[in-house]
Amino acid sequence: MKMQRWRITFAKTEAMRYTGHLDLILTWERTFRRSGLPLSYSEGFNPRPVINLAAPLPLGFTSQGEIGDFWLSSIVTMHEFSSSLDRALPPGLAIQHLEEVPHLHGDKLPSLVQAAIYRMTPEQFPPDLKDRIAQLLSSATLPSERKGKEYDLRPLIYDLTLTVPKGLKPLVIETKLSLLPGATGRPDEVLYALGIDPLSANICRMTVLLKNIPLKS
Amino acid sequence: MIDSDQITKKLRKILPTVTVPGRYTGGEYNQIRKNWDEVELRVGLIFPEIYDLGMSNLGLMVLYDLINRSPRYLAERAFVPWIDMEDAMRTAGLPLYSLESKRPLIDFDVLAFSLPYESLYTNFLNALDLSEVPLYSSDRDDSHPLVIAGGHSTFNPEPIAPFLDAVVIGEGEEIILEILDTLAGLPDRARKSRKLNSLSALGGVYVPAFYQPNYRADGTFSHLRRNNTAAPEIILKRIIGKLPPPPLNPIVPYVDTVHNRAPLEIMRGCTRGCRFCHAGIVTRPVRERSKEEILAAMEALIPNTGYSEIGLLSLSSSDYTQIIPLIKAINERFSGQNINISLPSLRIESVSVDLMDALAGKRRSGFTLAPEAATERLRAIINKPISDQQLLDTAREIYSRGWHTIKLYFMIGHPSETQEDVQAIADLSKRVLAVGKEESGNKAKVHTSVSTFVPKPHTPFQWVGVASRDDIQDKIDLLQNEVRGKGLKLNWNAPKETHFEAWLSRGDRRLSTVIYHAWANGARFDAWQEHFDFDTWLQAFDEAGLDPDFYSTRERAEDEDFPWDHINIGVKKSFLLQDYHLSQEGKTRPDCRDECFACGILPAYNALRHEYPGELWLCPEVSRLIKKS
Repeated sequence: MKMQRWRITFAKTEAMRYTGHLDLILTWERTFRRSGLPLSYSEGFNPRPVINLAAPLPLGFTSQGEIGDFWLSSIVTMHEFSSSLDRALPPGLAIQHLEEVPHLHGDKLPSLVQAAIYRMTPEQFPPDLKDRIAQLLSSATLPSERKGKEYDLRPLIYDLTLTVPKGLKPLVIETKLSLLPGATGRPDEVLYALGIDPLSANICRMTVLLKNIPLKS
Repeated sequence: MIDSDQITKKLRKILPTVTVPGRYTGGEYNQIRKNWDEVELRVGLIFPEIYDLGMSNLGLMVLYDLINRSPRYLAERAFVPWIDMEDAMRTAGLPLYSLESKRPLIDFDVLAFSLPYESLYTNFLNALDLSEVPLYSSDRDDSHPLVIAGGHSTFNPEPIAPFLDAVVIGEGEEIILEILDTLAGLPDRARKSRKLNSLSALGGVYVPAFYQPNYRADGTFSHLRRNNTAAPEIILKRIIGKLPPPPLNPIVPYVDTVHNRAPLEIMRGCTRGCRFCHAGIVTRPVRERSKEEILAAMEALIPNTGYSEIGLLSLSSSDYTQIIPLIKAINERFSGQNINISLPSLRIESVSVDLMDALAGKRRSGFTLAPEAATERLRAIINKPISDQQLLDTAREIYSRGWHTIKLYFMIGHPSETQEDVQAIADLSKRVLAVGKEESGNKAKVHTSVSTFVPKPHTPFQWVGVASRDDIQDKIDLLQNEVRGKGLKLNWNAPKETHFEAWLSRGDRRLSTVIYHAWANGARFDAWQEHFDFDTWLQAFDEAGLDPDFYSTRERAEDEDFPWDHINIGVKKSFLLQDYHLSQEGKTRPDCRDECFACGILPAYNALRHEYPGELWLCPEVSRLIKKS
C-alpha cells in the first residue's frame, strides 16, 4: 500500500562508482530495510519495492545529483525519514536533499527528466581546449557513433564550457546535455569529440534537470 | 615495491575497460578496514574464484569476521580476476591486491586460501603468481608471506602439497587464531623453518615439507617418510565443539553475486551417510545451532545487512532436529516483511513440502529433489534408501501445492550401475511428470539434472574407479534419447569434466607437477565449462610423465595405502571399508542418529564430546557409550 512518496536527491560517490542501475536499486532497497523505514512493495507473485530513479547513471561516473522517488507503506515525519536513512546509508551514497512529494500517483520521474549537467576532469587538458570547445559549439552537426550506430551529437549538447568551479583550483569542463528519452547525450562522447580520452577523465553528473512542474499544486 | 596508492592509480585506468569492474573495488557495506600498522599480523583471505562466487562463500566470511574481531590481527579479502582483468593487470604490472586497503598480497604476513573444491587449484596457483609470490613452498623464503590453505578439498592435500607451507586440516574457526597467536609469538625475524616447526606442533596443521612420499614399483603410494621427527605421523582433523556465533555483519556486495542473501548455518555435518558424499563424511560429527540462536541471528542479520533473503544452510535441512518449530517461528516473526528464506537440501518426504509450503509465499518456481539414483537397488548401494513410491507421493504433494516444476538430481556412474539403472532415470522422470500432469495439467515440468559420480577420498567409495569416458558418454547418449518430450528437460556434465575432477580428488603429490604444467599452459577457471580445456590437462599429464587413468578409472585394492591416509578425519578407514562392503552386498546403513555405528568420531573426539554434552551433537553421549562397553 502506497501511503507516502519521498523524493531523494543523492550523491553516488567513489565506493559505488561501478555499481550499475539495477544494483543501485537493490542497494537502496537494502538501505531502507536496514533503516526500518517501511518501503511499499508491489502486489503480485514477485513483490518488488516501489523505487523510481530518474535516470540511469552510466557505470564509472560519479554523481552529485541523482534523484529517486521512494514510496512508503506508512507515513513518517521528515525527521524520522532523514535520521533513519542516515543510520543505514552505505559508503558511496550520501543524501543531499529530501522532500515529500504530495502526489502519490503523480508523474513518474523518468517522464520528467530533461537534461543533465556533467563536470568532467581529464587528467590532462589540451592547451588548445578553448578553441576546440568553440569549434565544437560552432559546428552544425557532430557525426558520432554509439554501439555501431551513427548519430548526431551536436543537438544533444545544450552547453559546454571550461570553468573554474568555486573554491576549486583546477579547471573543469562542464556540459549540459539532453537527457530526453531516445536523445541522451553522453559526456564521454563529448570528451571524445574534443579529442580527449574519456578513460582518463573523472566524470561526475552534477544535476539532473526535471521538467519544471511545481511539486505542490 | 608497489604500494596501495600506485595500485589505486593503476586501477583507475584499468577498471573502466573491464567487465563488472565492481568486482575489484571493495569498499562495500560492512567491509572492515583496520589500521595496517596497529596490528601484529595481517592475513590475506583468498577465495581463488571471481568475486561473484567468492562473496557467497560462507567459510571466508566466517574467518574474516573471526580474525578481524581480534584487535591483534587484520584480515582483508582477495579474489582472482576474470580473464579480461587478469590480462589488464599483467599488462599494467598490477599485482593481485586486497580489496580493503589495496595492498599487494605479497605485503601480507599470511595468505590463507579457501579451497572447497579441486577445480580451484589452477586459480590458486594463478593467484600466487599474480601476487608475485613463488608458487613452490621451497622457493619461498623468510621474506615471503606464509601460504596456507584449508577447505574440503584439502582433506587430501597431496596434489597441492608442494605449493603450501601449511594446510589446515579441519574447521578453520577452531584453529586460525591459534595459528596467528603462534606466529605472533615468534620473534619478528623468525626463520620460515621455525615458523613451520611451531605450526606443525599445533594439532590439525599439516606441513607438507616435513613429509616425503614414497611409491611402490607399480606406481601406487607406499608411505610418507618424515624428515622432521617432531612432525606428527597422523594429522587429526580439528573440529569445534559448538558452532561459534555466526557472522552477524556479513559484507553486502554492491554488484550482483551468485547468492544475494545473508548466509546462516543451522547445522554442520550429516548423519545420513550417503556413500558418495564427501561433505557428509568429512564434516562429522553433526552439530546443531539452537533454534533460539538462529532466530536471534536472523533478527540481527536483517537490520545489519538489509538482505531480503536469508539462506539457512546445512547439508540436509530436513534433518535439523527442530526444523518444524524453527520454520513456524520464522513465519510468525518475519511474515509480511518481504523476507525470503531459502532452505536447501530437503529430503524426499512430505514434510519437506510442508516446510517449503510454509516458506515459499506466492512465487513457486521450482522444487528440487535429489534421489541421486533411479532404482531402489542402486539407491541401496549408495545408501540413499527412498522408495519410488515415496518419491512419487512427494512429487504429487509438490505439484498439488502449486509448484509446476520439479528438478530431479541424479548421478550416473555409480558403482555397479547398469544400462537399466540409467534407463530408469528416464522412466522415473517420466513417471514424475505423469503425476505432475494429473495434478497441474500441461503446466507440469520435470527438469532432470544428471552429473557423474566422482569417487572422493575419505568416503566408502574411495576404492572405486570412476566410469570410463566412453561409458559415461554412452549413458548420456541414452538419456538424451530417452529424456525428451514436452515438459521434460535434461542437463548433464561432460565426461571430460568428470575425469578432471576424478584426477584431482584422489591424487598424490606427483599430481602437483600436472597441476603446475596445466597452469603454466594456461589452465584457469577449470570449473567454468567455457574455460575448461581437457587437452591442456592431458598435455600436462604427458609433460609430468603420469597416466591420467591411474588416478581416475583405476579400482584401488582394498589394502592399498592412500596418499591421504595420514589425514585422519575422525572416521576410520576400516569403517569406510566395511561400509563399502555393505554397499557391495546392497545393504544400507540407517541414519546414525538412531543408532551409532562407531564410525570413529566419538573415540577421536571423546574429550570434546565430554566438554559439549547433550543434544548439541547428534552423536550419543560418551559416558553412555563407555557404560555399555
